[in-house]
Amino acid sequence: MNLDLAPEDREFQQEVRDFFANSIPEEWKKTVRAGLRLSPENLVAYQRRLADRGWGAPTWPKEYGGTGWSPQQLHIFWSEASAADAPAQFHQGLELIGPIIFTYGSQVQKDFYLPRIISGEDWWCQGYSEPGAGSDLAALRTRAARDGDDYVVNGHKMWTSYAHVADRMFILARTSTEGRRQQGISLMLVDMDTPGIRISPIHTLDEKHHTNEVFLDDVRIPAANVVGEEGMGWNYGKVLLDRERMVAAATAMFLPQTLRAVREAATRRRTAQGSLIDKPEFKARLAQIEIEAMAVQAMVLRLLADAASGADSGPRGSMVKLRWSELTQQATALWVEALGPKAQHFAALDDESVLPDDMPFALKGALYARVTTIYGGSSEIQRNIIARRALGL
Amino acid sequence: MQFAYNDEQQMLHDSAVRFGSDEWNAADRLKRLAEVGEGAARRWAQMAELGWLMLPIAEDDGGLGGGPVEVMAIVEGVGRHLMTDAYVSHCVLPAALIAGGGGHCAALLEQIGAGEVRIAAALVEEQGFDVAVISTRAVADGDTFRLTGAKAHVEDGADADWYLVSARTSGVSGEREGVSLFLVPRGADGLTVQRFRSVDSHRHCNLDLIDVAGIPVGAIGEAAYRIEAALDRAIVAHLAEAVGSMEAAVAATLDYVRTRQQFGTPIGSFQVVQHKVVDMSIACEEARALTMVATSQLASGGDASSLIAAAKVRVAQCGIAVAQQAVQLHGGVGTSEELIVSHHLRRQMMLDLAHGDRDHHKARFAELTR
Repeated sequence: MNLDLAPEDREFQQEVRDFFANSIPEEWKKTVRAGLRLSPENLVAYQRRLADRGWGAPTWPKEYGGTGWSPQQLHIFWSEASAADAPAQFHQGLELIGPIIFTYGSQVQKDFYLPRIISGEDWWCQGYSEPGAGSDLAALRTRAARDGDDYVVNGHKMWTSYAHVADRMFILARTSTEGRRQQGISLMLVDMDTPGIRISPIHTLDEKHHTNEVFLDDVRIPAANVVGEEGMGWNYGKVLLDRERMVAAATAMFLPQTLRAVREAATRRRTAQGSLIDKPEFKARLAQIEIEAMAVQAMVLRLLADAASGADSGPRGSMVKLRWSELTQQATALWVEALGPKAQHFAALDDESVLPDDMPFALKGALYARVTTIYGGSSEIQRNIIARRALGL
Repeated sequence: MQFAYNDEQQMLHDSAVRFGSDEWNAADRLKRLAEVGEGAARRWAQMAELGWLMLPIAEDDGGLGGGPVEVMAIVEGVGRHLMTDAYVSHCVLPAALIAGGGGHCAALLEQIGAGEVRIAAALVEEQGFDVAVISTRAVADGDTFRLTGAKAHVEDGADADWYLVSARTSGVSGEREGVSLFLVPRGADGLTVQRFRSVDSHRHCNLDLIDVAGIPVGAIGEAAYRIEAALDRAIVAHLAEAVGSMEAAVAATLDYVRTRQQFGTPIGSFQVVQHKVVDMSIACEEARALTMVATSQLASGGDASSLIAAAKVRVAQCGIAVAQQAVQLHGGVGTSEELIVSHHLRRQMMLDLAHGDRDHHKARFAELTR
């Protein structure tokens, strides 16, 4: 057992640290620390800067334009990014559809789509969930009927995050109703400019526009845009199961950003007995979350060590996702608590200067965090997965 | 970055697990616990023969020079089989406390390694777990010192031959300077040993000292650092013990829910039961990952103090929660003396108290990360 950095890893660490030094604009930091996404323009700008440095796709193999970094290097990269208050890269192209394309896509698809993901030219959204198909995704009803060289797609997608920004969407649609429910589902790449697509925003409790309903009415999708074989779309999702541990790991690495925000807010907050950060009860509660965050970081290290040695990490990706999402909820909630009555200042009615430090980011972050235990496989589904796959129950 | 044990560490681990299943078979546990003196002496001699007792002693002192990771490999097995043999208290901790301590220490290290002597550490007092908060005083008297005061919670101290007693040679309670460390033999004049058993069948004591002669260990007035460094070794070893115990409790629970039938089906088919077992296994993973990172950091010689404090808190929380749920999911029988899960719960509760409980280490973590 040895977790020390090798000399070449130390050099790499310095290189990454230099890259991030003073590079994140001050106005990004509160959004980032709240676990909220930056505006699409800013995220694209960030993606371009990474791509210019050759670091656009940290988790991809070199042959597809990725960095080919080892898990140890990824850990260093994410640690430094987190420490610099850099945002997490938008994941739907990089971590969801990109790997499916480079694993199952045609040469034409690889050549066209992959560079555009890395450069930030294409923003992708995921058209999976439907009104009747959430955790039970195989219940999806969107139909794709073959018509010459095209498929004609009709259906209704829900919770399509950033569809209002995206250039492209990958969808699961039913190309057959024969056999098991999981059969007859195909994975297709859709240009958002295609006629027949209508996007309607879903207003959420944090009052930030993240997500949408997408209606597809007689949308014609070229057959060449099917990934892999028709009817095999369900199976392609499996490549993600293995990669999800990396997504979970990367996300969990950014937890300390929120905790720094809590610390700073509590240091600023005056109470009758002095600064809030010095009150024993508050100190104990912050320490508790910080300690649990350290445990999650340790789990991430172990996960990456598995990846490095090619070992199966079993359910550890699900475990990290479960624990990280609970902790991001607790950390953002403690931030709001640290603000005290100032957390009421959500939106200015007249002059913006009425808003105190950290608002409305902290409160939006706390509200947005509620979705983290629901998206990407709810906590209940994650527990089912662990019970079945790891414990054999 | 390497989490797995190397071959040598794996051999130690396998040896400990084998020893545990031979000597501490769960079915014979109550019998083992009943044969206190004899059984304990026999097992201690076996541990010496296996080389475990030489393991944490430096090679220069005639030991095997094992570090925290090697110790972890052994102690995981101690936890898995709930051995009451005080490997951490009578070997890991005293060896770290007296290493390089001069005088008698070299000879005592050799005796520890050979299993010929048991030394327990008397480091804290009634006021709590902080090693600087002590009032026992030591006054120079020629070549020796005279100690007067009271020590509390001497881990596994009931059957020790020697005590390592911290006492103040200057300053007042709370100051790190002025803390010194002394060796006191069990039969010393003026020493009263008040022995007691804890619910996990470990045997501890309190000490009363009135003008007791003590032999100094290390530099006078500067023992706080030595004590804290040694306690870090003992604490990470106890973390590994807790992890071994937790994993065994989860394994026992998994076996049970797969076989126990109610309503005509194994109770493990119920989702509410499944999710509880999942939470237990997540707690194990948290505790194991944190223990490994803390142990590795200590082994590499870097500053591990806040990490160890964090791990002490979290492993105790996870360990107690896991053992409580293990009892819960076993139902009524889980509360019986006969079933091993009830012993895991009792040990987890007591491990939390050894060398500082959750609250103490949480406050310490907060101070260290200010």
